[in-house]
Amino acid sequence: MSITRSLLDAVRAEMDKAALKELRSVSIRVGELTAVEPEALRFCFEASIKGTPFEGAALEIEEAPLRGRCKDCGNVFRMALFERNCAGCGGSSIEIAGGNELDLVSMEGV
Amino acid sequence: MHEILIEKKILARNDEIAARNRKALSGKGVYAINMVSAPGAGKTSLIERMAAELKAIGIGFAVVEGDLEGDFDSRRIERHGIPALQITTGRACHLDAHQVSHALPWVFAQTGIELLVIENVGNMVCPAEYDLGEDMKVMVMSAAEGDDKPLKYPAIFAASEVLIINKTDLAPHTDFDIKMARDNALKVNPYLKVFETSCRTGAGVAEWAGFLAVAVRGKR
Repeated sequence: MSITRSLLDAVRAEMDKAALKELRSVSIRVGELTAVEPEALRFCFEASIKGTPFEGAALEIEEAPLRGRCKDCGNVFRMALFERNCAGCGGSSIEIAGGNELDLVSMEGV
Repeated sequence: MHEILIEKKILARNDEIAARNRKALSGKGVYAINMVSAPGAGKTSLIERMAAELKAIGIGFAVVEGDLEGDFDSRRIERHGIPALQITTGRACHLDAHQVSHALPWVFAQTGIELLVIENVGNMVCPAEYDLGEDMKVMVMSAAEGDDKPLKYPAIFAASEVLIINKTDLAPHTDFDIKMARDNALKVNPYLKVFETSCRTGAGVAEWAGFLAVAVRGKR
């Protein structure tokens, strides 16, 4: 819920900046490793915008997969949640290269 | 119709305040840890146990307590001669950087403080996403929970530097497998430093306090 509040605060600030009056849609990116469940977020978003100037706005959620970067060979690969070996060279020194995202990507409005 | 590209973190505002907290703490030479766990894992008991160990090493610390309601925990900690400030979050299930920023003047008014222990609200979901400005995130889980917890709540284990497996004295009475819990946690985050403690017997607390002391002193 507080993630939704942070999202709406960020949207409001961007709308003021761009002098938009009405929000039509907002697009966000949610990483696989975050504690955010997209469907729960959607539910909170829809509940939060009822009776506000944002009512009726669509929420588009792009899910970002967990990705690892091999420190040995530099290979960046799609990682299963508890995978610890590089798909390229088999090395086991992996750092997380994606999947932590919680980003406001874009929005549409008039 | 206008489409606006933004590409910003949703929690950018929280992160900004957290960065400010980190700078303020650093400027005053105070190391900060953010303790997270499910409710009832024993964070407050662990802090009570840490009081004697850290005192013996000579590290003064203060505690900021996050809870939905009440000041029971801060009163428990104060009984050990440790200054404690309660933040009640009302309905919010976690502390955020803004709430912590309001507690900092109180922290800096305490004398002889090298360490700030922030005890987050008992919750394993949201605290994973909110940076408070701490130097170290410490996850506490207990042997009264499931040893598969790291696999079910990976985000918080991935975000922590330290894992403390508490209530180890209970393990023989439950199906909790300490080695399995440790292995599961390291699968999610191979860089975790893992400690095993019991607040009833005091086992393992000195080892954890010693590690923490090195981190605190290492910052200077």
